[in-house]
Amino acid sequence: MVDSSQSIQSEQLKPPITRIGVIGWVHANLFSSVFNSFLTIVTLYFLWKIVPAFVRWAFIDSSWNTTGAACRAAGGACWSIVAKNFRFIIFGFFPYESHWRPLLAMIILFTLLFISRNRRYWKKWLGYVWLSGLFVMGLLLKGGLFGLPPVESTKWSGLPLTLLLSVFGLTAAYPLGVLLALGRQSRMPAIKSLCIVYIETIRGVPLISLLFMSSVMFPLFLPEGITINNILRAQVAIILFTAAYIAEVVRGGLQAISRGQYEAAESLGLNYYQKMRLIILPQALKIVIPPSVGILISAFKDTSLVVIIGLFDLLKTTQATLSDPRWMGFSVEAYIFIALIYFAGCFSMSSYSRRLERELYRGT
Amino acid sequence: MKFFKLCVVAVAVLVLVTASLAMAGETLDAVKKRGYLIAGVNGGVFGFSMPDDKGVWKGLDVDTARAFAAAVFGDASKVKYVPLTAVQRLPALQAKEIDVLCRNTTQTLTRETANGLNFVQVNFYDGQGFLAPKKLGIKKAQDMDGATVCVLPGTTTELNVADFYRANNMQWKPVVIEQTAELSKAFFAGRCDLLTSDLSQLAAHRAVAPNPAEYVLLPIVISKEPLAPVVRHGDDQWYDIVNWSVMALIQAEELGINSNNVHIMLKNKNPRVQRFLGVIPGMGKNLGLDDEWAYNIIKQVGNYGEIFERNVGVNTALGLERGLNAQWLKGGLMYSAPFR
Repeated sequence: MVDSSQSIQSEQLKPPITRIGVIGWVHANLFSSVFNSFLTIVTLYFLWKIVPAFVRWAFIDSSWNTTGAACRAAGGACWSIVAKNFRFIIFGFFPYESHWRPLLAMIILFTLLFISRNRRYWKKWLGYVWLSGLFVMGLLLKGGLFGLPPVESTKWSGLPLTLLLSVFGLTAAYPLGVLLALGRQSRMPAIKSLCIVYIETIRGVPLISLLFMSSVMFPLFLPEGITINNILRAQVAIILFTAAYIAEVVRGGLQAISRGQYEAAESLGLNYYQKMRLIILPQALKIVIPPSVGILISAFKDTSLVVIIGLFDLLKTTQATLSDPRWMGFSVEAYIFIALIYFAGCFSMSSYSRRLERELYRGT
Repeated sequence: MKFFKLCVVAVAVLVLVTASLAMAGETLDAVKKRGYLIAGVNGGVFGFSMPDDKGVWKGLDVDTARAFAAAVFGDASKVKYVPLTAVQRLPALQAKEIDVLCRNTTQTLTRETANGLNFVQVNFYDGQGFLAPKKLGIKKAQDMDGATVCVLPGTTTELNVADFYRANNMQWKPVVIEQTAELSKAFFAGRCDLLTSDLSQLAAHRAVAPNPAEYVLLPIVISKEPLAPVVRHGDDQWYDIVNWSVMALIQAEELGINSNNVHIMLKNKNPRVQRFLGVIPGMGKNLGLDDEWAYNIIKQVGNYGEIFERNVGVNTALGLERGLNAQWLKGGLMYSAPFR
């Protein structure tokens, strides 16, 4: 009896109104202590100051498809700079009437990346799909076959160039970095010291100096009449640079695997290649997903440094637009636009890496 | 080890041999064989060399490069433009990645000697000046004491201001800003009293002011900036072609020949015009080109006056007067040696 009456009573008594619903949530999360209340009020004050002004600037007073002079008169954000120069910012010098070619190439790239997200598709056929995709993309950019007019690689610019440098930079740097990490762990003194020298030298200099050397000094050493494409030189510099950082991250993973794993693999009679391929690397690479994605993201953003060697990547085409007197002064709007593009790239990389981590830990 | 030494010696010999191979006519042959000219340009200076919103190169330096292509090939479109930064431009020319540099480069003694380069006829006389708010009432140099000055870093611009203030024994405070667009923003937001840059750029800065009438270009010019195309030492024939192509632009304006009337001028009886356009043959052959070279330049690119008005003149966003860049007969410095 006592039990049931208690349970009836507890059903009838509702918790105080300040502990449930919206008020309860606000109380628990925003005003749980004096300090938290203070922080909440300060934050709200800044939001109140900033958000309406930003909305007014970005949307209400803004111009979307006018001239620069009309923008200046309107006073708000001038998204017209992006709208009017959209194709130059994205495609740069690529011949105007052939813009569909880099566009199609980018669509193929995104489709391939989207398909590859799913680990169930990581089979041999996906490799062939990638190879043929790369061939088609190269053909679209370069032309010269099947009636496509050829386009000089010096005219590759804007977003396709940024993607080219990043995708090839990252995919080539990762395996190279793994090899360097294995080399540094090697028992063969020549290979080991070579890898150490390489990694430490590259990590000892900034990327800018590598790019400078590749674009300014390197050509002076080449024999007469031989010039190497500027984009290729920057691409190699980016690969070499990123690989050194990947190598150190992967080495961290290799060292985190306990000796027992190495010994167990050896006692099974596996040779070096089998041991690494089947036992050590799958575990080590899984551990280092977060730091290596960090490096890949920063490498993606670092490709914008090619501005200083005169390549017209996404950032440089935007800057070129900004030095046009008709559009001078609307740098904030233009930079917000490319910041959004970079954010989309970086965010999808990091969210995919989180998903990959979840799947891999569940799978084992 | 022996093999290694041998390799080093071989490479050294190769470098020496190839370095001394810069013979006369070499660049012209290479350009002709390639089928197009490679010109180094700036890529970020409106009116001089910049892509338009369709990615087509426009500007005074670009048109100058097109004139070279018209002279060599009879086709002004046969140019490949390579955008170069201030640091890259001279090494790129030395390493033969480009045939000619048309990148608003100031002719100086050091660049001609230590860097092994030759500047040809100047295609734009610039100078460094100041933009100031009208309300400061600056009339002479002494009024500028103690000013904060917005300036781009790195180039000679910054050094020129420092020299100017030191020579006049005055104080100044630099506000160094990397990007041109940010520079004018900072100035119009009142972060500095003066904005310094080349005269050709100051007008563009003023044009984007919230209220252009409140700002004046000061009548104080603190540096000489003769901007000219550049070629390498050691190929005199190529130097001649580039030099006389610029001269041809200037000479055509003096003779009253422009892109519209050039085919009528072929029938002109004036021997100076006839020699210039190749009606009386000889000039082209001396350069190693055909005799229609000057005709092609003017027909396809126009004379210097046309190029100037099209890219930087009063009807463009830069809105520049001819000033020093007027013909010598009209009080400017544009003076071509005679074509004979």
